Amino acid sequence: MGERRTIRTDYLARVEGEGAMTVRLRDGRVEHVELEIFEPPRFFEALLRGRSFREAPDITARICGICPVAYQTSAFNALESLCGVEIPEPIRMLRRLLYCGEWIESHALHVYMLHAPDFLGYAGAVELARDAPAAVERGLALKKTGNEVMALVGGREIHPINVRVGGFYRAPTARELRTLVDPLERAREAALETVRWVAGFEFPERAIECELVALSQPGEYAIERGRIVSDRGLDIVPAEYDEHFVEEHVERSTALHSRLRDRGTYLCGPLARFSLNHDRLSPLALDAAHEAGLGEECRDAFRSIVVRGVELVYACDEALRLVHDYEQPDAPFVDVEPVAGTGFGVSEAPRGLLYHRYRIDESGTILDAKIVPPTAQNQRAIEDDLRAVVGRYAQLDDEGLRALCEQAIRNYDPCISCATHFLDLTVERR
Amino acid sequence: MTTPGAGARSGGPGLKPKLAVWKFASCDGCQLSLLDLEDDLLALAGAVELAEFREATSGSVEGPYDLSLVEGSITTAHDAERIRDVRRASKALVTIGACATAGGVQALRNFADVDEFVAAVYASPEYISTLATSTAIATHVAVDFELHGCPVNKRQLLEVVTAFLHGREPQVPSTSVCTECKRRGLVCVSVAHGTPCLGPVTHAGCGALCPAYNRGCYGCFGPMETPNTASLVPLLRRQGLDERGVERVFRTFNANAEPFREAAARG
Repeated sequence: MGERRTIRTDYLARVEGEGAMTVRLRDGRVEHVELEIFEPPRFFEALLRGRSFREAPDITARICGICPVAYQTSAFNALESLCGVEIPEPIRMLRRLLYCGEWIESHALHVYMLHAPDFLGYAGAVELARDAPAAVERGLALKKTGNEVMALVGGREIHPINVRVGGFYRAPTARELRTLVDPLERAREAALETVRWVAGFEFPERAIECELVALSQPGEYAIERGRIVSDRGLDIVPAEYDEHFVEEHVERSTALHSRLRDRGTYLCGPLARFSLNHDRLSPLALDAAHEAGLGEECRDAFRSIVVRGVELVYACDEALRLVHDYEQPDAPFVDVEPVAGTGFGVSEAPRGLLYHRYRIDESGTILDAKIVPPTAQNQRAIEDDLRAVVGRYAQLDDEGLRALCEQAIRNYDPCISCATHFLDLTVERR
Repeated sequence: MTTPGAGARSGGPGLKPKLAVWKFASCDGCQLSLLDLEDDLLALAGAVELAEFREATSGSVEGPYDLSLVEGSITTAHDAERIRDVRRASKALVTIGACATAGGVQALRNFADVDEFVAAVYASPEYISTLATSTAIATHVAVDFELHGCPVNKRQLLEVVTAFLHGREPQVPSTSVCTECKRRGLVCVSVAHGTPCLGPVTHAGCGALCPAYNRGCYGCFGPMETPNTASLVPLLRRQGLDERGVERVFRTFNANAEPFREAAARG
């Protein structure tokens, strides 16, 4: 008779949305790993049919309260490319500024409130704040600055109202944007402190082997546009996505799992972005990365928190550049007339690649829609990772192993609300 | 809406009231609004015992809870049971946001065939269990206060939590967005620009955000108390919305709220 263990978390905390985890071991060997997503489905792709293409940014924003700008951006990218509109540079810069605000808000939330408590042994940031108030206050101040950027450019931090196909309803004045300079400069300092803080954590070992996928754009760290590239030679435009990526529906999940056709599991998100695009970070962000011990690439899943810190520095730096260079556009938006056909749009949500596809008719009515969120793309990689972590640390007791598995899952900042079309942690040992 | 009565604070002297946050079908945005109270979050966390808040902490304390904040709508048989457990364990229950208060954007299924929706999204529909409708929390259990918005306004959220913990009425006006717009001295986008605007029938709370950005209100706070949608619809039509357009503007994030249901059907 071998020794059997089952470790399970019924309802994962400090992730966005509802999921669970099960791990079964027999004689210290991993038999089964499962991420269950029990977040109830909301059927966005179905309810978009029959709506106007102009409604897609507002409706898809509601997929996720943490990264609404990502949804708005991939939506208007898809629709504008289909309708053949060129977006003037000042509007594009304003969109990138709004997106930087979302990266700051989302990464600060994840680093300080969701993930750091794992490394330091606390239930959450509120508990952590009793012993380390200065750190938690720094994180909250960073998050607040991200929200201020979103509230000024987007109208509000959650589900911004100022975004439309073609641009914005109202473009802020250069004077209004300058009010962001002081908070962003303080945030940039706080982000540098963040990188030093998290670089001092203890990191369990786990190197990711799978293919890394991110957007790539010449001359900039890709956020709101780019080609889809990988470390193994993939280099495609968004319209080619469906030829290279497939989604599968598995029984335990209301999320669909993605893989690269004929190539299998891949990973998107901060580790992929940093590994593929680090040379396009700002000098300040790159210096912070080197000081924190990061090299040319980072495949260390537990150091994703350091990479998020580096991206926080970059997002603050880049937002400051955009504010300095901003000139108010002549008009806040360009007119977009519908063109019948299929449009493809991508952007780098804080958690990774977000793909949208819409088919519309000549009146602009949406005929069908496909949305592939980053967490659905990463789910196979997360399960592979859990299997490896459990195998490597099987000597831990159940409580220690469960905590480590949960921490490993949070390395990916899974957004289950998004992935629905993701999770319950049980570890079973047999 | 009911008066919170004698207040939700309980226990003996020195005991903090227990606050719980629950999630049903939703985007997490309304509970994120609590974490977005950056300047007040630690003070709030110091004034209460955070007994249940999965997005923020893996710590968990058993009920009963003095105040439960509920985000999200009911879309599964399991959740219809779970909300009853939450109600039984809660002295006061407040819904936060359009999903919990009106069913949310996922209530668009209520006007369609849900089996067809499942088949449209999932390759293996047999793996999916869902109800044909997305419904507000008040459809299932008694609710002590409903806070509108998609998402809620975080200042209003703090006001509601503070009011309940002190046993007083929340200062949350149930008038229209128009009253906030006038108070801000904004130019009326409907009168001045002919932009279709749901401000006259939409619940206040956002601070007239859309008109401040030269946009017509799109109703994300849901219907105000006794809205006159019957007189707004002809105006929307004169401003260029066709029947389908009127149906679309009322069928978004509060589609299943009765006054908006009726207005959409009237077109």
